[in-house]
Amino acid sequence: MFMEEKQNFQTFQDFSKTTLKPVSLADISSIVIECYKKNIPLEICGLKSKKNIGRNFQAEKTLDLSNYSGIIEYKPEELYIKVKAGTPLKEIKLELDKYNQQLAFEPTDFGPLFSGKSNEGTIGGVIACNFAGPRRFKVGSARDHVLGFQGVNGKGEIIKSGGTVVKNVTGYDLSKILSGSFGTLAVLTEISIKVLPKSPSNKTLVIENPHLIKAMDYLGLALSSSSDPSGGVFYPEYFRKYFTFNDLTTDGAITAIRIEGPSDSIDHRINKLCKELQIQNNEIAVLEPEQSNIFWEKTKSLQVFSELKNNLLRIVNPPSETFEVISKLKIFKIKYFVDWGGGLIWVQLDNISLQALKEIKKVIDNASGYITVIKIEENLKASIDVFTTDPIKYKITEKIKKSFDPKRILNPGKMYSGI
Amino acid sequence: MTNLQMPKVEKSIISNKDKIVSDICKIVKEENILSHNDEIKPYETDALAAYKQTPLVVVLPETIEEVSAVLKYCNENKIKVVPRGAGTGLSGGSLPLADCVLLAMGKFNKILELDYKNRCVVAQPCVTNLAITNAVQDKGFYYAPDPSSQIACSIGGNVAENSGGVHSLKYGTTTNNLLGIQVVLMDGTVVRFGGKAMDSEGYDFLGLMTGSEGLLGVITEVTVKILKSSEVVKAALVGFPTIEDAGNCVAQIIAQGCIPAGMEIMDKALTKATNDYSKAGYPTDAEAMMIIEFDGTEHEVESYIDKAKIIAEKNNSSSLKISKTKEERLKFWAGRKAAFPACGVLAPDYMCMDGSIPRGKLAEVLKEITRLSKKYDLPVANAFHAGDGNLHPLIMFDANNEESLRKTEEFGAEILKYCVKVGGALTGEHGVGIEKRELMCEAFNNTDIQQQLTIKVALDPNSLLNPGKVYPILRKCAEEGRVHVHGGKTKFPDIPRF
Repeated sequence: MFMEEKQNFQTFQDFSKTTLKPVSLADISSIVIECYKKNIPLEICGLKSKKNIGRNFQAEKTLDLSNYSGIIEYKPEELYIKVKAGTPLKEIKLELDKYNQQLAFEPTDFGPLFSGKSNEGTIGGVIACNFAGPRRFKVGSARDHVLGFQGVNGKGEIIKSGGTVVKNVTGYDLSKILSGSFGTLAVLTEISIKVLPKSPSNKTLVIENPHLIKAMDYLGLALSSSSDPSGGVFYPEYFRKYFTFNDLTTDGAITAIRIEGPSDSIDHRINKLCKELQIQNNEIAVLEPEQSNIFWEKTKSLQVFSELKNNLLRIVNPPSETFEVISKLKIFKIKYFVDWGGGLIWVQLDNISLQALKEIKKVIDNASGYITVIKIEENLKASIDVFTTDPIKYKITEKIKKSFDPKRILNPGKMYSGI
Repeated sequence: MTNLQMPKVEKSIISNKDKIVSDICKIVKEENILSHNDEIKPYETDALAAYKQTPLVVVLPETIEEVSAVLKYCNENKIKVVPRGAGTGLSGGSLPLADCVLLAMGKFNKILELDYKNRCVVAQPCVTNLAITNAVQDKGFYYAPDPSSQIACSIGGNVAENSGGVHSLKYGTTTNNLLGIQVVLMDGTVVRFGGKAMDSEGYDFLGLMTGSEGLLGVITEVTVKILKSSEVVKAALVGFPTIEDAGNCVAQIIAQGCIPAGMEIMDKALTKATNDYSKAGYPTDAEAMMIIEFDGTEHEVESYIDKAKIIAEKNNSSSLKISKTKEERLKFWAGRKAAFPACGVLAPDYMCMDGSIPRGKLAEVLKEITRLSKKYDLPVANAFHAGDGNLHPLIMFDANNEESLRKTEEFGAEILKYCVKVGGALTGEHGVGIEKRELMCEAFNNTDIQQQLTIKVALDPNSLLNPGKVYPILRKCAEEGRVHVHGGKTKFPDIPRF
């Protein structure tokens, strides 16, 4: 239909190295073109904060985008920032701080889990993996904040979709399909992201010692309330040691609900929420802004798993199923906490077998949810499904993969064998 | 504008009509197949009424199995299929083709489940947008995206077009409020993407399907998020002496950290027309009139309104009125919603454009529109969803005068191209359809478009599902793109729009 557009960049001179660190779009494109021609599989990475998530796969070369970094354009009044994919999240947050703005979806910080210290990675990695933090149920996931992107597909062609405006229905929304594709469809090179003002203030209502079933009730009611919470978690007793705050009086399990907004509206909403929840047999406490910020920072960065040695599963299911799911998983001696107001369960398993994983998957399937294996003993990794899917969706996944990356050179096998 | 090239008509399909009808009779009930000219005539167009084409046959399936079997049959026999919801689309997305089966989903009109525990509603695709809110409002919930045609447009159509509304800045468009869909692909495969969980596994097919304008699959079930209604909603009606002042006010409100639920601007021409038409009581001396709506708790709304007031005054606001009651707030909006019919009184015809621009470019774009208005000697009025940057200029003309129509088309295309030039988009919420198809090359280069077409071919190798829409058939970019209303007679004149 169209004349083939020639994109013949021959600018990247040092192709012989195993790790290629391009500094320009032309470099990235020429590297992929070269790999496409020679059938060379590429592993794409930034700051490697999520390198361990996904299947192990063989790649002859690594395309390291950490040198392709920088803020291209930031327009606070237009509520967007356009950045190169290799830009560290830290740098973006510092810039947004100047204008009191934020990435509202609170990207998960996997640093404490994998390396013992914070490493939020690059924005390219955040979008490619699409993991969102506690505010997810209110503001959406990473994918909901991508306004547009530029990337390089598996043939080395530079492609783009979307733009910098909120309302845009011009063509297929490729920003969505690239978000959460773990670099298997294209190398993200530039991303325009929606940014939002930070709330003037926030406080957290903590309900102490609820049983899981009561905690799920509280979270469900809170999320269905006009008091408009922006965080809702449940931590069992064994994780309490990570949350020592002056205002908390007991050592038991806690349910925490975050309320954000202008300071005078927060107290009103917390009072209203307490009435709606009809809290009778539990102590309550309110974390003031400073402590509240620390609490959610710890939640977002999975602090309770900072000493975890072995296995971590991420389970997403309809909130109404969470109590049932956890009850059924207890026989596997799990440790867990619940985020997203009941929609997300993080499950720690100190010992795991293939059989146990299979049974867990069955429980989650029956609850219309899905599992992502975030961390697992290396000897098991090759034999398990890190990401799940069903045969029909796998077939469609194959077709979409082929339409972006016909020779399967971008992160081949990272998500599924054969993709 | 009616000379738009459509896919080649397969004469063999036309001549084979009787056989096709009798084959489909084996799949769906006979009374659900319309093939006589009188029966198919009502389906010849959607709300982009300037384009008309009767289909080969209209099929009204009742079950998912029927949808799947019809698509499978058409795929095997290389028959084109055009899906249709409520037919309220403004970009010609469900315009039939002479040799197509029009798959009208009207019988999929039931709400299947109200699930308050997971805060979602499961509905068939031809349930109207407003019916979802109506079904849950007694429990204080609502469905956030609210296209102005919400009393008639279908939720399946909303998914296909990724519909917005006036509250998109704060609450997002359809794609941000959708949890799951069931889709039938062209080969008859039935598949679910997403469900009641907040995220779904693997590639985001839900996101890809949303806004794909019926080119990738036929939606047979939709699961949407519902939200608890805010405690308090208030609106302010503000007049400004210049468009620049109004534009600056919008930018400063956002810079202050306030995200209003909605912000609307109308220029003087439209404000005057509205006042004359509906006695809206808008300030007539103002060059720009703005409605700002805030929602939240009483404290929150009061505090935002106070801030907005100070900002408006700093930007020379000439008048400011805050709604005291729900009725008063709705009256502010009622005038705005009557703005377009009001234009119908000013000229025999008007053409409504749908560009998206960065908020800060409003004054610049309006200046350019004024320049073009003089260049083409055609009056224009402007409405602007200032919160999310969606601009709706209305060009007034006389369709009986061929030269006037030609000039209007050129004028419209120039506006949309300018929107792209300043960093915006060709379409904010009406979709590309056939209307803006030839302008796609303004926004994308060939590589971009080829990538999108490759996805289409991956899921529909023979390009049988809604062909001729969204992507240009020829390389040449023609001057197209608008909604045409003649003598106030649009396809559904009573439906509020834009």
